[in-house]
Amino acid sequence: MQQTSADKVFNPPTLSSREFKRDNPPPTEDYREKLFELEKAGELEVQRVPEPYVELETKYGRIKKIPYQMTWHHKSCGQCGHIPGYSTAIFWLNRKLGFDYHDPRDQTSCTAWNYYASSTSNSAAQAGIAVRNFSQAKIDGYFPVIHCGTSYGHYKETREQLLHYPVLRRQVRKIMDRLKMPFVFPEEIVHYSEWVHAMRDRIAEMQVLDLSNVTVTVHPACHYHKLVVEDAVYDRDLFDGQRTAVISGLVEALGARVGDYSTWHDCCGFGFRHILVSRDFSRSFATTRKIERMKEEVNPDVTLTHDTGCVTTLDKSQFAAQAHKRNVGIPVMSDAQFAALAMGAHPYIVCQLHWHGVDMKPLLEKMGIDHKKAWAEFEVQAERIKAGEIEYISWEEADA
Amino acid sequence: MSIYADAKYSEVPVETKQALFDEVKADMRYEHQLYGCYECGICVAACPSARFYDFSPRVFAQVMAREDVDTFYELLNDSVWDCSQCFSCTRCPRQNNPGAVITIMREVAVNHGLQSAKEALKSYSRIIYKIMSTGTQVAPDMLQPDFFPDWGPDVKQVSENLDVWRRCVPPETMHTTELAWDVSEKTRLELYMIWKLTGNLEMIEKIDEGIFMILEEVMEELLEENGYDIDDFENLLEEDEE
Ligand code: SF4
Ligand code: SF4
Repeated sequence: MQQTSADKVFNPPTLSSREFKRDNPPPTEDYREKLFELEKAGELEVQRVPEPYVELETKYGRIKKIPYQMTWHHKSCGQCGHIPGYSTAIFWLNRKLGFDYHDPRDQTSCTAWNYYASSTSNSAAQAGIAVRNFSQAKIDGYFPVIHCGTSYGHYKETREQLLHYPVLRRQVRKIMDRLKMPFVFPEEIVHYSEWVHAMRDRIAEMQVLDLSNVTVTVHPACHYHKLVVEDAVYDRDLFDGQRTAVISGLVEALGARVGDYSTWHDCCGFGFRHILVSRDFSRSFATTRKIERMKEEVNPDVTLTHDTGCVTTLDKSQFAAQAHKRNVGIPVMSDAQFAALAMGAHPYIVCQLHWHGVDMKPLLEKMGIDHKKAWAEFEVQAERIKAGEIEYISWEEADA
Repeated sequence: MSIYADAKYSEVPVETKQALFDEVKADMRYEHQLYGCYECGICVAACPSARFYDFSPRVFAQVMAREDVDTFYELLNDSVWDCSQCFSCTRCPRQNNPGAVITIMREVAVNHGLQSAKEALKSYSRIIYKIMSTGTQVAPDMLQPDFFPDWGPDVKQVSENLDVWRRCVPPETMHTTELAWDVSEKTRLELYMIWKLTGNLEMIEKIDEGIFMILEEVMEELLEENGYDIDDFENLLEEDEE
């Protein structure tokens, strides 16, 4: 066929002919090298990722180590407080995979939700809080894995500041001396969704549900992949290495379908301050820019995300939107809950789906879960607690 | 002079505005957050707040780079609290971080107890109390229909069954209603000491005296009970400045 001049001028590569290649060195400095330099100079102690670990590629091609086990679970206040099945599912996955983990009482929130909402703090306090948690993890003998996307983002920001400002390191040193604790920083800041991504093949091996008829949309958390982009996990085989691979990699491994939509990169509308005291903004943004777009372009069975604020905003915003006849009604949960369900976790005792707003029943039916039976089982346990027969549901019961 | 014909706050002396501006600029983080601006608007396209408010990260980058203290003062009072702090604006081709400039501006607004900051945080104060005293920011007992009326009937169900439903959650650390998880007393006290050592209580006093007084009373009693001498935990940032 003869080429027209238009072909010569406009000839973009097709997706199948495009090859993923990194030809430039990373545009950023390697934070690990800097951390080790500071350790050598005696300024702080770096906690190494325990062996064995999985190596994953990050945005600029550097390798990140993700530990299998010996993990110190830095919990999230929004997850534990309002979406308890989120944290429970992460622990349940660790238990099912037979890993040693620690769920500490000597952990505080990163307090960054408050900081991004109100700015009633400062760099020294925020760095002090981060390092106190990290030092405690080291003392407890486990390596920190961060549950919340905002904690993860904020700790990455804090690391940048600690690496660049000697005055901040001096202040943190003084704080830690007063608390009689060491100044420790981990070699890697690991988000639990990276751990889920690293374990996705093992999770798929233990899968008991067929998810081939389930369509998923993915919402990536801003503080995961936009706030200090360096650490986020990318995979050349997913989205051509152009978008973070977490969540989507898991969905693929589980045999469900990932549906793409045009506002993938948009925020959820959480806003930190807004979700608590100015929710008209959060609701409008979540429904019109995310949920309605997904509904129109993909009509998924569920949307999965990997952060506290995103689950909350995307899920809870849909109720009031119905009054305005908006095109809503997509169940929302975390990748960890979805993975646990796929492995046969109880939808109410482990995944605690009754704390979510949007009706999950059509999704559960499609996944092959008998939700009526499951709810009856949950109620039996709740009645036993009310009757004083048992104090709480134990892990043994949840694991069964 | 402001770039806007209908500029507000002309009654505020320029020295006041300049002093606040200088404070933002003096923050150690500032020089790594603003490198000049192409006016390309990429940040605005990515910004959720720009879609629903009269708000623009580009304007922040421009005004700060031009050192236009009048418009800075207007943004400080009328715009900073609209930001979602999502950092979508870090897509900037100049490596600017308008969201992070806004974080610093908010800190300065709070430190000076600006009326606009007090108003923006009015119904938020009880959350400050929660995080500073317990170490967890949101707790199960905050799920009340009067606080979240737009979240549907599930909130009412959760609040009615709270105690039992919390005990239906398997992790032992999560059988709590007033805290997101069971933070040990020692750890809560360590957190409070960090707030003390970094001058955060003074900051809270400026923004909400009532919350400050309750916080101080409750936590300092706890510190004393546990044998800590509160005078050991004076603001060390001030020490650092000296
Ligand atoms: S951090 Fe603020 S200015 Fe930046 S994109 Fe988000 S809402 Fe907009
Ligand atoms: S993206 Fe950067 S350069 Fe472009 S308008 Fe925004 S701040 Fe300026």
